[in-house]
Amino acid sequence: MTDRDETFDKVAELIAPFNKKNAPLTDTTSFAGDLEWDSLVVMDFVANIEDEFDILITMNMQAEIETVGQLVNAIEQLRNEGE
Amino acid sequence: MTDATIDSLDPAAHAAPAGGGKDLFSKFDALIAERDALLASGVRYPFGMVMEKVLSPTRAIIKGKETILLGTYNYMGMTFDPDVIAAGKKALDEFGAGTTGSRVLNGTYQGHAECEEALKEFYGTRHAMVFSTGYQANLGLMATIAGKQDYVILDADSHASIYDGCFMGDAQLVRFRHNSLEDLEKKLGRLPPEAGKLVVLEGVYSMLGDIAPLKEMVAIAKRYGAMIVVDEAHGMGFFGENGRGVFEEAGVEADVDFVVGTFSKSVGTVGGFIVSNHPKFEVLRLVTRPYVFTASLPPSVVATAATSIRKLMHSGEKRAHLWKNSKRLHKGLTALGFKLATDTPQSAIIAVLLPDQDTTVRMWHTLIEMGLYVNMARPPATPVGTFLLRCSLCADHTDEEVGEILGMFEAAGKVCGVIA
Repeated sequence: MTDRDETFDKVAELIAPFNKKNAPLTDTTSFAGDLEWDSLVVMDFVANIEDEFDILITMNMQAEIETVGQLVNAIEQLRNEGE
Repeated sequence: MTDATIDSLDPAAHAAPAGGGKDLFSKFDALIAERDALLASGVRYPFGMVMEKVLSPTRAIIKGKETILLGTYNYMGMTFDPDVIAAGKKALDEFGAGTTGSRVLNGTYQGHAECEEALKEFYGTRHAMVFSTGYQANLGLMATIAGKQDYVILDADSHASIYDGCFMGDAQLVRFRHNSLEDLEKKLGRLPPEAGKLVVLEGVYSMLGDIAPLKEMVAIAKRYGAMIVVDEAHGMGFFGENGRGVFEEAGVEADVDFVVGTFSKSVGTVGGFIVSNHPKFEVLRLVTRPYVFTASLPPSVVATAATSIRKLMHSGEKRAHLWKNSKRLHKGLTALGFKLATDTPQSAIIAVLLPDQDTTVRMWHTLIEMGLYVNMARPPATPVGTFLLRCSLCADHTDEEVGEILGMFEAAGKVCGVIA
């Protein structure tokens, strides 16, 4: 299992409590379209992601992230920068 | 026809551009439909009301009916102060109707300089800069002071003017949970220690009327080497020994780098400002686009503002009465069974929480028919999912008027099934 797979699994685990419709999760699942999250859910979820990976995702970055795959990539990048 | 100024969704009313292009207004169809459905239910439109006459800071004629105003932010009742009115008339006679120019060109008159002097005295700061609105003051500061490599750390419930200023600039934006010390510290702790940082706070948050724990928040921001701005739009005139705002009451004046404020609330006219002790502050006059690329305030407006600000320095009694009104309304509404946004009266804003849009509109309609105007607020102006009727008190509301207000809330609440 690669680092990216592990990150994906962890992200999926953190999405679960907010995945009310049990939408299947792939790299292309979108937060606004498939998961239908509003800004309050996004804020809670991002806070959980930040705590889990000890990173900070600015609003500028959040605006660019639309899918689960993009989020996983962003997390990988931020963690590598932090090392 | 003052209530219905937007065309209906009648397809015949759709004007698609020639050449088969898309009507850019089609994105608003859902909103127009929602509004049409609201009006079809027979209620008055909350966002299109016209005041036919204004009798005083607390009374106006609306649809021919004398109405108590409880949603104007006119906290200190300065709009009809005789000295303020006289100063405005004098300036209108002596300096004309408008400046027709930018502050940096032909738009700075003696009155603008005097208004800035009044602000410096009021806040005890070395610098003051007057903008044409409070919105522009926030827009200008946020967009200008933080560059691409810098971070702006803002409360999630920040006013639209703060968000818009951030989006106009190109700083890195970090949002923390509303009034959360823990989240503020967590976010700051994850930023590069050497990076430029601006923490943006508000004294009073205007939707729910709650105040920020500024003493603690400012201490945290200082610890992480951030500069700090506090927006006192809803705190000026009402908090602190000199009425400077919540930051004065919290005893953090020495640690705050900028205070942003407005003339359109306690001061009773229109305009915005930033005050600061930063030695390089004056350079902002050259680089702040919402200051440079707009016309300055009319002479009459700065004259009324300066006069009002000087009077607010000595308004202890008015302030005491405003607090008394706020406490009584909070206590009275709570006793009637209404659910309020704050457990205690924290400011001159009392927000009544309601379950949904339909109930909120019906309550608003019932109150205005009885002769009481309050603000109806809904997302996106409010935090997600919150519908409320916001009451803002005035120092000029008499004890009898507060009694009348409570009576109307009781009757309307029963009619609409909000209270038993």
